Amino acid sequence: MTTLKQLSHREERFTGGHRLCAGCGAAIVARQVLLAADGPVVVGTATGCLEVATTLYPYTSWKVPWIHNAFENVAATISGVETAYRVFKEKGKIDKEFHFIAFGGDGGTYDIGLQALSGALERGHKMLYICYDNQAYMNTGIQRSGATPKGASTTTAPAGKVIPGKLQRRKDLTAIVAAHHIPYVAQAAPHNFMDLTRKVEKALAADGPSFINVLAPCHRGWRHAPEDTLKVTRIATNTSFWPLYEIIDGEWKLNYKPRKKLPIEEWLKFQGRYDHLFKDGGHPELVAEIQADIDRDWEDLLIRCGELPPRERRDEEEKKK
Amino acid sequence: MAKTGVKTVKVPLAGNDAAAHAMKQVNPDVVAAYPITPQTELMQAFAQFVADGEVDTELITTESEHSAMSACVGAAAAGARTMTATSANGFALMWEVLYIAASLRLPITMAVVNRALSGPINIHCDHSDSMGARDAGWMQMYAENPQEAYDLWLIAIKAAENHDVLLPAMVMYDGFIISHTMEVVEILPDEAVKEYVGPYKPAYAMLLDEKPFTVGPLDFHDYYFEHKRQEIEGTEHAPAALAEAAAEYAKISGRHYGPLESYRADDADVVMVALGSTAGTARYVVDVLREQGKAAGLMKLRTFRPFPNAEVAGALGNAKCVVVCDRVASFGAFGSPTFMEVRSALYEVPERPLVINYVYGLGGRDTGPDLLEQAFAEGFRVAETGEIKQHVGYLGVR
Repeated sequence: MTTLKQLSHREERFTGGHRLCAGCGAAIVARQVLLAADGPVVVGTATGCLEVATTLYPYTSWKVPWIHNAFENVAATISGVETAYRVFKEKGKIDKEFHFIAFGGDGGTYDIGLQALSGALERGHKMLYICYDNQAYMNTGIQRSGATPKGASTTTAPAGKVIPGKLQRRKDLTAIVAAHHIPYVAQAAPHNFMDLTRKVEKALAADGPSFINVLAPCHRGWRHAPEDTLKVTRIATNTSFWPLYEIIDGEWKLNYKPRKKLPIEEWLKFQGRYDHLFKDGGHPELVAEIQADIDRDWEDLLIRCGELPPRERRDEEEKKK
Repeated sequence: MAKTGVKTVKVPLAGNDAAAHAMKQVNPDVVAAYPITPQTELMQAFAQFVADGEVDTELITTESEHSAMSACVGAAAAGARTMTATSANGFALMWEVLYIAASLRLPITMAVVNRALSGPINIHCDHSDSMGARDAGWMQMYAENPQEAYDLWLIAIKAAENHDVLLPAMVMYDGFIISHTMEVVEILPDEAVKEYVGPYKPAYAMLLDEKPFTVGPLDFHDYYFEHKRQEIEGTEHAPAALAEAAAEYAKISGRHYGPLESYRADDADVVMVALGSTAGTARYVVDVLREQGKAAGLMKLRTFRPFPNAEVAGALGNAKCVVVCDRVASFGAFGSPTFMEVRSALYEVPERPLVINYVYGLGGRDTGPDLLEQAFAEGFRVAETGEIKQHVGYLGVR
């Protein structure tokens, strides 16, 4: 397993000078993923912050072969590159081992790109798809996405006098991807960089498609201080808003269990996008709902990961008592 | 055996099978496609070639045409010779990526089996699919029969991959009328096709060369225009590349393919312009009218993009009236696409002919000789009187 010291000696293949905001989660994720991916790699990026801010012609931050096609099709695009690679390998035109990594934001992955992603996963291309999930369409100005959590205020589902931000739950993309029965699926966050590094290594070693959903704060949309990016993802894992886990060949495994699961207010109150939940009397019923959702999801995950017995068995044991 | 000395075989093939045969002989690196009527049999036939190990191609069976064209872009950017095929709504779903493929200068080639666009939904032939993408940056050629579908696809590959051009190309053939109709097709030997298209040599180091290479960056007002100008320059080089590819093809096949083909048009008073399978019907009608002593002619337009402006002006300049048949409606425009292009091409001809337009055959409406005779009759009336009553008419509509 690669150590931090070894990582520090690797060449930076996602370089500085890009135009992503100071404190951008996506930039940290891209850099860490490329550091973890040793050897030749081809990167595809969906339209979004990471793409527009890193390849403003005639400049590029990518010291690797890189392709951008459109918003909703990075999975299909990289699947074409990977297929060409297999053909050339078969024909003896290439002898090097390449890895293929696609980056998409939550817009390009949860929503408009979900179909292309699903198709590519089902076809079994050997590629790693990284979703940098900043929970809204940040590149175009913080519009609601399928990844926006309940209660968050965005520019297309704003908190108003009548409606307190987004009313719906975000979709569980990691589980949707897991349902494709690919060899490696994980959820990660950049503050735990060794966990993310290990996951990228496992994903690239998998014999088939792999997927990592990485929480990537956008302080412009989440409304926290730029220097708190990694602090906020730590809170996300300690409140169990964003658990860290992996699914290896269908086996669910929990990677981090907070010593004491913090109340969801810790997560909500840290970010300005939830301000309306607490101001002027706020929306305590919505906060309670969010907490209930999280508790239920967390329990489901613990059961799936074998950390808790299934509910029926617990009910039976209760009865016996 | 053709006069060229190349040992060919004549086999009865439907258009889809002829096109699939071309694909098989080209043996591309990657094909990414999604089935849609009436293209389906082409894709099925090719999938069978893959399954039987008759080609080395990797077939990507995508979940949509959008992903098919997206995967084609990825494969072509990796340096692979890449082909695909579609029709109608599938073609429309590719739309966004058609422009990207052209702008990235990736010589992908595609068969478009012409079918009416929804709505209302319809599976039969008209040209509303490919005509809508006439400004996407692709070369466009219309085939009249299965033989041309086979031949033109081979020529298209050579022209598209020409380093002065580097633009994708699509070859159209009419859904069902050509795609599902069996005709005798003369097939070249595998070796001759292999030698003709040659090994694919990308113009630049592509994605799998390991060197940092950025494809598809953000391109703002400071560079976008120059890149578009270069793309236009590619289209300006296309006619010469197509002519060169066609001339080489003629050497092995004995069949000559220019951007257009005139039939008894030199001394004709009235010349009909048609694309695709309708050209065959029009040729028959020309003969019938000639037997009646009427000076009728035909100009079959084969290459629609780049539009052969000077050649069209040369071929039609002596007519009194030109009757342009369009198997597509251009809503809100003054006439349909071929009409607009042809009329524009004739603007600087000293004694320019009068031009009328007929929209016909939408949604696969059968267009027999009787309807084309009607259109010719109006053409002769216009030629004699010098008076256009109606610029745009509709053939065979109730």
